[in-house]
Amino acid sequence: MSDAVLRVNNLQTQFQTRAGVLKAVDGVSFEVARGRILGLVGESGSGKSVTGYSILGLIEAPGKVAGGEIILNGQDITRLKGEAMRRVRGAQIAMVFQDPMMTLNPVLKIGTQMIAAVRAHARVSRKAARARARDALAKVGIPSPEERLDAYPHQLSGGMRQRVAIATALLHSPAVIIADEPTTALDVSIQGQILAEVRRLADETGTAFVWVTHDLAVVSSLADDICVMYAGRVVESGPADSVIASPRHPYTAGLLASVPAEHEPGTRLPQVPGSTPSLANLPSGCAFAPRCAKAGPACTTTPPVQHFEDGRTALCHYPIEPVSCPPLSLTSTTYRSAS
Amino acid sequence: MPSALLDIDHVSKRFVKRPNLGERIAGLLGAGQKSEIVRAVTDVSLTVAKGEVVGLVGESGCGKSTLGRMIAGIYTPSDGKILFGNAPVAKVQGRRTQKLTTRVQMIHQDPFASLNPRIRIGDTVAEGPVAHNIVKGRDADAYVADMLGRVGLDPGYRRRFPHQFSGGQRQRIAIARALAMKPDLLVLDEPVASLDVSIQAQVLNLFMDLRQDLDLTGVFISHDLGVVRHVSDRVAIMYLGRIVELAPTAELYAKPNHPYTRALFESVPRVGVGRKDFRPIAGEIPSPLNPPSGCHFHPRCPFAGPRCKREAPPLAAIGPGRFSACHLNTGGTE
Repeated sequence: MSDAVLRVNNLQTQFQTRAGVLKAVDGVSFEVARGRILGLVGESGSGKSVTGYSILGLIEAPGKVAGGEIILNGQDITRLKGEAMRRVRGAQIAMVFQDPMMTLNPVLKIGTQMIAAVRAHARVSRKAARARARDALAKVGIPSPEERLDAYPHQLSGGMRQRVAIATALLHSPAVIIADEPTTALDVSIQGQILAEVRRLADETGTAFVWVTHDLAVVSSLADDICVMYAGRVVESGPADSVIASPRHPYTAGLLASVPAEHEPGTRLPQVPGSTPSLANLPSGCAFAPRCAKAGPACTTTPPVQHFEDGRTALCHYPIEPVSCPPLSLTSTTYRSAS
Repeated sequence: MPSALLDIDHVSKRFVKRPNLGERIAGLLGAGQKSEIVRAVTDVSLTVAKGEVVGLVGESGCGKSTLGRMIAGIYTPSDGKILFGNAPVAKVQGRRTQKLTTRVQMIHQDPFASLNPRIRIGDTVAEGPVAHNIVKGRDADAYVADMLGRVGLDPGYRRRFPHQFSGGQRQRIAIARALAMKPDLLVLDEPVASLDVSIQAQVLNLFMDLRQDLDLTGVFISHDLGVVRHVSDRVAIMYLGRIVELAPTAELYAKPNHPYTRALFESVPRVGVGRKDFRPIAGEIPSPLNPPSGCHFHPRCPFAGPRCKREAPPLAAIGPGRFSACHLNTGGTE
């Protein structure tokens, strides 16, 4: 695809620790086109958040982006530093964090913070900046935005604060917004509102989103494309609908199968045995092999290679065959707990 | 219906924020400061039969955790009473309370906070049963090994500390600690909310196995409709301190009655193909400090009428075993 606004190619992010070099992100590649939403799914420690931070140049020592390239609007931003990166960050690419109180300064009014954010990248008057902030608040569905500008963060609910954070990210109509678990801390009814709002924003403004989350349900109802991460690698990617309908990688299949809502109540849930491996101590070969029901001899010795088929990838020696395995076929397999 | 093990009878819980010294002086000088009252739970009645699991579902501030803590005897109800096997929980002080509360055990959301980081997990599990003479001190080691084995952990781990375990394993330890007291009732407060999806399924399976083996009775608190549906026999939906709907699980999910329940079901994202349209509930969750008049849901309800603003609908029977608190079922909203 040539119309990608963000292209990440073989990204490597490593952390130097006493236990050795941890490859938190190990060869991650994906791209997002204008107005599309990419769901970056994974469990804790899978490297999904580190990927987001790496794109924005927010990795600090002892971590570093050790390789690969990040192309934003045709410009390689991988090795931008200091002032050069600051000009890009917030203007062409922005971030929304899980906890909006991390983004918002509790002792400054919403308006003050948003005006500062506008004027950090645009030479406009205070008045024009305020108007722009107000429009951004209105765009994310905040009622009476003019009054909200004079409110302090603590006067708003959690859902409203997250909307303010999204509005702030939108101020300069960035090409891409990276959102790191932005609705995880919110109630379901509020999460529903935000998801609907984000879908509309992506369609109307053309801003692309990278939506980092552990929640498959959110991704399946929001995202156009999915990347599933495990132990620092993308193990499966493709259009959301086809990945959800017929996962190729056993890990994706296992995750999908263990969602309770899809099963007869009271029955045993198919579970992925074991727990996520420590990055300091990854098994040789495929990192998922010790937990995988389909693992063969090759899986424990040789790292798997990408399998490609019409817009989809799977990093597996024995990807699930689409024909012989109907959707969620792993439901018939019952795993015993290993730990 | 088998006899009720737990009988919650018109229970309310209010938290009062008392004015501090400065505010009291301001009040004396005529500032008219009043103490703030949070009505966390208002007039809730619910029974749980032996061997039954009842799910409590709601969003933040709905009072589900407060209700759970009252059942476990951590909070005392402001009004009403909670009977456990025909004896009141918490109101009787002294030795009897002690005896009673060991029969109700609670499992908390965050296994990183609920285990003492400086105590070996074997000692954590053994402490309760030894103190309450469920096992003798010299048999404690074997007892702990048995409990750990029961929750799927290697008994050889009992000399380890909590930081050596993952989140899912810690939650198993918390479950082992609760089971070691041989409880009649388990209160589980969001037991899988902080776990990864693949680990969630492991812990839910463990809970269902234990339930079958030990004939456990449980109150399962969660905001996750899918999880509750999977493990509960009946489900109570709570909103701002009140139960708005109570029904057997299958019937509730097949045909929700209360407008809030219906809206909640519709706003939950689901794993599925091609469903991109959300119909989220409009508006915010009001503060329990200052709940709306009448039916608490009326400002967000598409069917609300003048009656909803005036009077709070009672939780009324709408079918066998089904209850809903909505004026639409009882003569309309006019």
